[in-house]
Parts: sequence; structure tokens; C-alpha cells
Amino acid sequence: MAEALTAKKAKAPPKVKAAPVARAAGPDAEVRSLVTPEGVDLRLRLADVGQRLSALILDELLMGAIFIGLTIAGLLGLFAVHNKGGGEALLVLWLLAGFVLRNFYFIAFELSARAATPGKRRCGLRVAARNGGRLTADAIFTRNALRELELYIPLGVLFAPTDIAGGWMKLSATVWCGVFALLPLFNKDRLRAGDILAGTWVVKVPDRRLLRDLAQGGVYETSAIRFTLAQLDAYGIKELQVLEDVLRRFDRKAVQVVADRIRQKIGYARGEESDGAFLSAYYAALRQRLEARALLGRRRLDKHDKG
Amino acid sequence: MSELQLKSTRFREEREAGWRKLESLLVKVERGSAAQLSDDDLLAIPVLYRAALSSLSVARAISLDRGLLDYLESLCARAYFVVYGVRGSIWSSLARFFLDDWPAAARALWKETVVATLLLLLGMAVGYGLVVSQPEWFDAFIPPALASGRDPSASVETLRHTLYAGGQNQPLSAFAAYLFTHNAGIALLAFALGFAFGLPTVFLVVSNGCMMGAFVALFVSKGLGFQVGGWLGIHGVTENFAIILASAAGFHIGWATAFPGQKARLDAAAAAGRRSGALMGGVLVMLLCAGMLEGLGRQLIQDDLVRYAIAGATLVLWPAYLYLFRGPRTKLERAGG
Repeated sequence: MAEALTAKKAKAPPKVKAAPVARAAGPDAEVRSLVTPEGVDLRLRLADVGQRLSALILDELLMGAIFIGLTIAGLLGLFAVHNKGGGEALLVLWLLAGFVLRNFYFIAFELSARAATPGKRRCGLRVAARNGGRLTADAIFTRNALRELELYIPLGVLFAPTDIAGGWMKLSATVWCGVFALLPLFNKDRLRAGDILAGTWVVKVPDRRLLRDLAQGGVYETSAIRFTLAQLDAYGIKELQVLEDVLRRFDRKAVQVVADRIRQKIGYARGEESDGAFLSAYYAALRQRLEARALLGRRRLDKHDKG
Repeated sequence: MSELQLKSTRFREEREAGWRKLESLLVKVERGSAAQLSDDDLLAIPVLYRAALSSLSVARAISLDRGLLDYLESLCARAYFVVYGVRGSIWSSLARFFLDDWPAAARALWKETVVATLLLLLGMAVGYGLVVSQPEWFDAFIPPALASGRDPSASVETLRHTLYAGGQNQPLSAFAAYLFTHNAGIALLAFALGFAFGLPTVFLVVSNGCMMGAFVALFVSKGLGFQVGGWLGIHGVTENFAIILASAAGFHIGWATAFPGQKARLDAAAAAGRRSGALMGGVLVMLLCAGMLEGLGRQLIQDDLVRYAIAGATLVLWPAYLYLFRGPRTKLERAGG
């Protein structure tokens, strides 16, 4: 219970610090500002608990596969060696390999340039220092040394034979495990005990590709579709970006529905053009209008924003 | 038609080549093949990174293209982590760890180390004293599974045999490897439990000391005191020093969490965690050495005096390395400060 107490107490100060920044619930609740020495806020996103859990499961599966591979290799070696001394040496090697795998798998991968294990990479996550500084080897070591306490030892007791660990022991192990396993759910920054001690957190670094600029080339410049200012003032930035999403996915049904909805809203009489051409042209025109207004300092956030 | 081209589109056309170049370099670095990059490329990364950051600032002001903004944010974050990431190769950081970080961490935590040593000695004295006065206490300290027949009812011959058995009747070196992983677990636990204000660490250290004291008392009561000293000392000096250091790291964290001083509790815990993290890396190295000495050395060396000699050597060498040795960086800092 003392652990929970520590975590709770430890959690309090940053909350006070963060208070002046009003943070809306929803997608922005997971954005944390990280200001680079050059003075640009990178607005990192925290990894959500589901992603971290799936990364952990992937890593454990991979470790399991490696361990099974080692065991099979060891058994094959045992058949090949035959004599007792060799077999014993293999057993020692096997035990040590298991230990190295369990303790250094996470450390070695997180020390690499990507600061992420294969499971984290797959989920687009990485470890970063909370203070925005350099991620140090000590921090990585600390955050993974605590994994022993948070995960392996309680699991070990939980699955231990009943004659070694009785019911009470198992119950306390379950409670213990619960306190640590659920810790990331109960603090704002989704820190586990290892993150708290190491001064790290896990953030998303999605590997995004540069997508086509939807306003460039194609329909808008060549088509005869023109919109009046009143038609372009029907929407704001939020709607523009929803439209961008629709155009990038280009689901035929959605395009048709959205095109009809916009035509109706801005009172545009349907002409010869296809729905896709209409939406592309409207997107480009709307973006030009909104960007021009934004340059003059009037960012229109959504259609309800009259500024 | 050109007047119809958006400002944000023109902006993108002008800068795109630089972003692509940075992205291709980042992919190489992230794959761990930074060594293959030419000097020009390595020098280009920070420049391209700053250009990308400026692009991001401009894009946030003038572009409403979500795809572009997301791309630039992810590109800048990736580049930031490369430029300000874990520095150097794994080898240079290993060298720094052994030459500077580990001894420095051990020196910084000397107070906690003294406390942990005293607690371990206290435990040993209590365990020894109780078992000597009343042998029934032995069972209370050492679970039968671990004792494996080495209890007060065993004959002198059986006990003597366990001290010198070279692995004829049971795979002792495998048992030693098991013990190493077990001891490493204890050390990690002693460290991690510091999180709970260090109280469980106290319990762990004292009870570990009690076990050892009880064990020694048993052999002394059968007239095997000198022999058991060599048997334990050959690896026990290293192992117990490692456990002492791990507990010291635990106390350090516990103290910082309980009494954070001027800092916020979370920050104090993080600072203490990082400082003791280096020490814990060293503890694992020591335990590995202890495991080697236990598994190999003890089987191969059957002579009591040689065992004592090795125990004495480890008793001198570890503290000499940790407390007297000064690495190049530490020296530099001292000269500078």
C-alpha cells in the first residue's frame, strides 16, 4: 500500500504546475509540450495504455520465442554432447542466457538509437526523458530494473506451486501486481513505477510519410468550378481537416454523402462535375480562403467561429 | 494559373527536398547504421533538423494541411531524438560506465552503503548468536528447501562433504547459476523496494544477514568454522558487497521519496533513481562475477587457503576500484572544479 501512497503523493506537484494550462479532454489531453532548445514545441503525444500493453505483450512473445529457440538449441546440444560435464555446462549457459534475456532485452533495445524495443517500434512508441533532455543509460537501466518488481516477481509468486506460496501470499501478490500494473491508469502522464523513478515517459513517434498536397495540381487549377466568398465562409478549419480526411481516404460512399451535404449547405447547384472533383475544388478553395485569413491573424477554428 | 497556387503549397515545394533528405538520413541512423554515413551527412543532420523545425513553425502559421503538419511534427520529433538522443556507441558508453559512472555512483552513495553494511552485519550477528545459543532457531532462518539437508541434525561428515563436493553427485555449477539469478533477483528487489521508503529493503538486508549468520553458526558448531569461511568467502564477499550496494541504492531512493527537500517529490525520486541506476548496473556485474566464482572457482579450488586468498583479494579489490580509482572524466571534473 505504501507504494500506492508514494505514487499518489509523487503525482501531486506536477498537477499543480500543469493547472494554469487549460487542457481540454479528448484527443488533446494526451498532448505534452516538449520545447526543443531551438524553441519549437514538438507537442508529443503520450502513448495510451492499450498501445503500451500490446507493445509489452509483443515483447514478451518475442522473448518467449527466443527462449524456446534457445531451449531447443540447448536440448539438441545435449543430445550431441552426451557426456555429463558438457551437459552441465549447457545447463549453466541456458540459465545464464535466460537471465540475460529477461534483464537485458529491454535495456539493450532501449539504449539503441530508437529508444524502443521491437514491440514498442511496432506500436510507434519510444521512451523519452520527461524533462526533454537527453535520455541517459542510467534512466533506461532504472526503468527496466523496476520491471522486475512490477511484473516478474508478482507473476512468479502468482504461478508458484501452492506448497511454496500459500493463498495469502498469492492474494498479496495479486494486490501488489494490481497496484503496479494499474499505476499507469491512475496518473496523468501514464507513468509506471519505473518511469517515475527513471524520469522517463513513453511517447508516440508515428512514422508518418509525406502525403500528397490535396490543393496542388489537378482539378482545382483546371476546372471551372468557382465559389463565392459566402460559399467559402460556411466552414472553418475543423471542417476543412475533416474534408481532407475524407479526400485522403476517398471512400466512394462517404465522398458522395459529404459532397451532397456541402452542396446543400452552401447552396451550390449541381453541375457536370463528379463528386470527387467538386470536393477537391471546394477543399482547395476553402483552404486558400482560410489560410489567407489565418495569415492576417484570424484563424477560424470551426463553422461556429464567427471571428 | 500560378496565382491560384496556395502559399502553403509553394512553401512545401521549396522545402520538400530538405525534408526528404533528412528523412532518409534518419532512417539510416535509426536502423543503427550511423557508421555508414559520411561525415558530410553527419554534419548535415543538425542543419537539416533546424531547417525542419523552422519549417514546422512556419507551417503551423500558414498551412492548414493536416497531412503536412503531422508529417513535419513526426519528422521533427524523430530528428530531435536523434540529435539529442542517447549519445555515442554502446562501447563508448560501456567504457564510460566502468571508468566513471559506476565508481562515481558508489562514492556518491557512501552514507547509504555504510548503513546497509551495518544492517547486514547486524543481521549476521543476530542470526549467528541465536543459532549458537539455541540450534532450533536454524529452521526459522533457513527454509528447509534451501538448506537441503544441511541442518543441525546432519553429521559432521555430511556437512564437510557439502563444502568440498566437486559436483560428483549433483550438478553444483548449474545450482550456482541458479543461485546467481536468485541473488540478482534479491539485489534487484532490495533496490526496487527502496521505492516503499526503504523499509522493506531494511527487512531484506537484515534477514539475508540472519540467514548467513545462522548458516555459519551451524558449521561452526560442528567444528567446521574455518572451512565454511573459505567456502562462503570466495564468492560471498563479492556477492554481499553487491547486495549491500543494491540496498544502498534502495535506501537512496527511499530517502529521496520520503524527504524530497526543496524538489517536488516526483523530481526527487527521478533524480535519485537515475543516480542509483548506474550503481545497480554495477551490482549486476558484481553478481555475475560472484556467480562465476561460486560456480567455477569453488568447484575447481578445494584448498581452504586459496579460497581465503581469493576472498581477501576481492575484499581489497572491489573497494579499491570503487572508492580509490578515479576515471578520466572524474579527474577532469575535479581539475575543472
